[in-house]
Order: sequence, then structure tokens, then C-alpha cells
Amino acid sequence: MNKTIITVVGKDTVGIIARVCTYLAENKINILDISQTIVQGYFNMMMIVDTNGMEKHFGEMADELLKLGNEIGVDIKCQKEEIFDKMHRI
Amino acid sequence: MINLFEVVETNEMITKENLDVRTITLGISLLDCIDSDLEKLNEKIYAKIYEYAKDLVRTGEEISREFGIPIVNKRISVTPIALVGGAACKTIEDFASIAKTLDRAAHQVGVNFIGGYSAMVSKGMTPADELLIRSIPLALSETERVCSSVNLGSTRTGINMDGVKLMGQIVKQTALYTKEQDSLGCAKLVVFCNAPDDNPFMAGAFHGVTEADKIINVGVSGPGVVKNALEKVRGENFEVLCETIKKTAFKVTRVGQLVAQEASRRLGVPFGIVDLSLAPTPAVGDSVADILCEIGLEYAGAPGTTAALALLNDQVKKGGVMASSYVGGLSGAFIPVSEDKGMIDAVAAGALTLEKLEAMTCVCSVGLDMIAVPGDTPDTTISGIIADEMAIGMVNQKTTAVRIIPVIGKGVGETVEFGGLLGYAPIMPVNQFACDRFVNRGGRIPAPIHSFKN
Repeated sequence: MNKTIITVVGKDTVGIIARVCTYLAENKINILDISQTIVQGYFNMMMIVDTNGMEKHFGEMADELLKLGNEIGVDIKCQKEEIFDKMHRI
Repeated sequence: MINLFEVVETNEMITKENLDVRTITLGISLLDCIDSDLEKLNEKIYAKIYEYAKDLVRTGEEISREFGIPIVNKRISVTPIALVGGAACKTIEDFASIAKTLDRAAHQVGVNFIGGYSAMVSKGMTPADELLIRSIPLALSETERVCSSVNLGSTRTGINMDGVKLMGQIVKQTALYTKEQDSLGCAKLVVFCNAPDDNPFMAGAFHGVTEADKIINVGVSGPGVVKNALEKVRGENFEVLCETIKKTAFKVTRVGQLVAQEASRRLGVPFGIVDLSLAPTPAVGDSVADILCEIGLEYAGAPGTTAALALLNDQVKKGGVMASSYVGGLSGAFIPVSEDKGMIDAVAAGALTLEKLEAMTCVCSVGLDMIAVPGDTPDTTISGIIADEMAIGMVNQKTTAVRIIPVIGKGVGETVEFGGLLGYAPIMPVNQFACDRFVNRGGRIPAPIHSFKN
């Protein structure tokens, strides 16, 4: 398993999850967990995904998701899970 | 499993509080490049640095992208050049040619600084050591990315006062040689007592002879993260304050450990140490002085500053030590003036003096750092300031350093701009009373009584 955390932050609008999930499905990226809240009109989502089946490089995926985010008007970040794991777990 | 709150916390540290990895420094031994033919020596040095470091910058950028953490600098440290060049160099120009080779290699592999134009003379100087030291002004004026350091004392050996005297002259001469750039050369020159072999931070990084052929050392940062965490415990007692610093330092250091391990694995270079230093930058919200203010001071330099800094430094270490498998380098809070917005403001407000800075260096790493003084400060006064700082390091069994910039043509009240991470600084007044009879005595100060532990 190759876990990546995708965070999506921005102004709420119709179809954010749909657009992101479509991209992930097209690239054979499996979603393991989703949590999402709306704070003061701002959309805040975290996905834990497995990129093992993906054929692209990590950087390529990150760039494409960033571009997709720009189209929707949200900020999309991809980070490998270890940075959060290291920081918050002993 | 990781939750949304934790992810948001980490990302806010990165985006809003300037959490970053300050440097990945690749240490390279040049001992096997030694040759009595200067041309061959330069060729071997260039080839070895290029071979070992060609993937450093790319790898750093990949790690940065995959984990979403900025890695600000990628750097190289090499074996002290006085040892490497001793057999081949007969003049200061010979030594300066090695500096140019280092500069060329640094440009080629894309690192922004290369450290190790250094001599270790804590007890005495060989002819090669002295020649290298005398070549520093020329070397730093003819190169862009080379950093130089000289170790002038240690707890085990005492202080080499001949070296201290010479370095007063060399600092001044370096200032003169680079006067067109506001004496910038002095920002790349540091003198030490108890210099560590594995320091990843510039200008004092060099690859000690106790080290392996190559090694990865990482320096973390995060004054903004600590400051932000402390804002949430305003008015609470010291126990709560210290616990908060400790927990925050742990989190910051874990990121450094992760980056160090990844860099080590991807480059196939052994992992050396993580340096647990709170390293500021001139950016707003990236200041150690601001942490001191958050602890409860009006400005850095106010009464209570030394105590606040002592507890900060200690808690950073306590939190950081558990977060990394190997800790080393300088490890502590840095208090440079020009590289820290809060320190600059404190000097401008008249709250912070050179004497108070000296007191602060007794309880933190690393020393009098990035301090601009009038260009007409006598050589012997600079030597006197260096000797004081070396004595603090020697007696307290800690690393101390001096990176002082006598800005030629400028005086108290004026400001000097170095640019980038080196920042800007108001010129600080220096004590006007002489110490030339003290500095000119010659010889060395014996090691302190507590060095005799055998």
C-alpha cells in the first residue's frame, strides 16, 4: 500500500467531490477514507488514497490535481502519509 | 488512522507558520583528493564533489514535493581545506584556487552554499593552516558560494590567542576586500570555539575528519510554529509553557528526521544527524525574538531575556532529542541579528545591545551571529570580542561562534542590506575602550581546569 493524503480546501460549490473522485478513478487511485466538513462556507476535505495502481509519477498527479483545483476554485494538495504519521504518532 | 484535524494542523504549520526544513547538507570527505600537484588536486576535488552531489538538489526537490514540506536549502560541506590543500598550496593564491574550484562545483550541482574553507587551529597553527587563514579575504572576495570557518579554541585545548589576533585582522581585511558589497564576505566567515564536525548550517558547516566518506545532515527550523503554539497558552505558568515548547519541538524535529531518512535512502548516503535548531529568517513570523516576546518580554534584550532564551533552548532540545535517532550539530536556538526580524526591531528600538547578546550566547547556540558593527572598529577590538566569545564556549563546554561584519564606510545609525536569507541589520555600537595590549600578548590561553577529566 502506498498511502497519500489529498486535502481539498476552498469555497464550497457543486461537484467538488465528483470532479476529484472522477480524476482518481481514471488514474486507478483507490480511496480508502474520506472526511469532509464545511466551516463558515469553506469546504474542507481530506482523503486517504492508495496510489499503488497508479501509472503516473507522484509529481504528475500532484500537478494535475492542482490544475483541477484551479478549475474548480479550490486548493488541492497531495502529500505522502508519512509526514503526518511521523509528526502525530510516536 | 490520520484524521482531518492532524492533517490541517500540519498543513497550517507549513503554510501559515513557516515550518520548513532549513537545509539538507551533504558532507563529503576530500581527504582522498590530497595531491602535491595543485592542478590535479583541484581536478580531483571538482570531480568528487560533482560525482557525490549531482543528484542532491533534484532529490531534495522531489522529497519536498512528495511530502509538501519546503526544503529551503541544499548545501555541501567538505573536509577543512587547510588539511586538503596543505601539500599543494605554497601561496595564498594557491589556496584561493581551491576556493574557486569549490565555487564552480557548487554552481554546477546547484547548491547555494558550500562550507569547509576552514582551518582547525584550537591549539596551534601549521604553516598550511596559517596560509589558508591568510587567504580567506581573497577567497571570499573571489567566490560567491564558498563559506569559511576557523576553530580557534576548545574546552580540551584552551584558546589559540595567536589565532584570535590573526582572525581580528582577517575579518577586517575580508570586510575591506568586499566593501563594494557592504562587506558581505564577513557574512560567510565564522570563527568557533568547540566547532562540531557535523554542523549542517552555514557559514560554519564543514565535514570533520571524524566523519565517514559522505553523510547527510539535516537542519530543521520552525520558530513560527513555536510562537504560534505559545500564543494559545498566554498567561499560563512555566510548566505549561515548557511542555508546549517541548511538544512543538518534537513535531518539528520529526519532519526533519523523515526528510533526513528519505534523503539518505534515495541518495544512498548514510544519515548523520538532525540538528535541532530554531533557525529564524528575516521573514515576518519566522523569528526567535518573537518567541521571546511571546514568552513575556516587550523586546528581545529586555531583562529576563537570558532566562527566557535558556528555557526555550532547553525545551527545544528535550522535545527534539526523542524525535530523532541521532541529534548533533549546533542544536539550539539561533540568535542572529540580521536574519531575524524581531532581533532587528529590538536593536532599532534600543532594547538589544552587543553586551546583552553576549550574555544570551551563554545559554544558547551559537554565538554573536550576523552582527553589523562600524567599519572603523579596530582589528584588536574584533579580536577582543572573539576572545570573549571563545572563553564562554571554552568554560561552558559548548559551541560558541562569532560572525561579525565591520561594514566599511558605515557607522552607528546606518543600516546594511545583505539580501535574501542573510537579511539586513542596523549597525550596532561597539565598546570604545581598547584591548590591544591584551590581544597582542601572543600565545594561548590554557585549557580550563574542568577539561582534565581523565
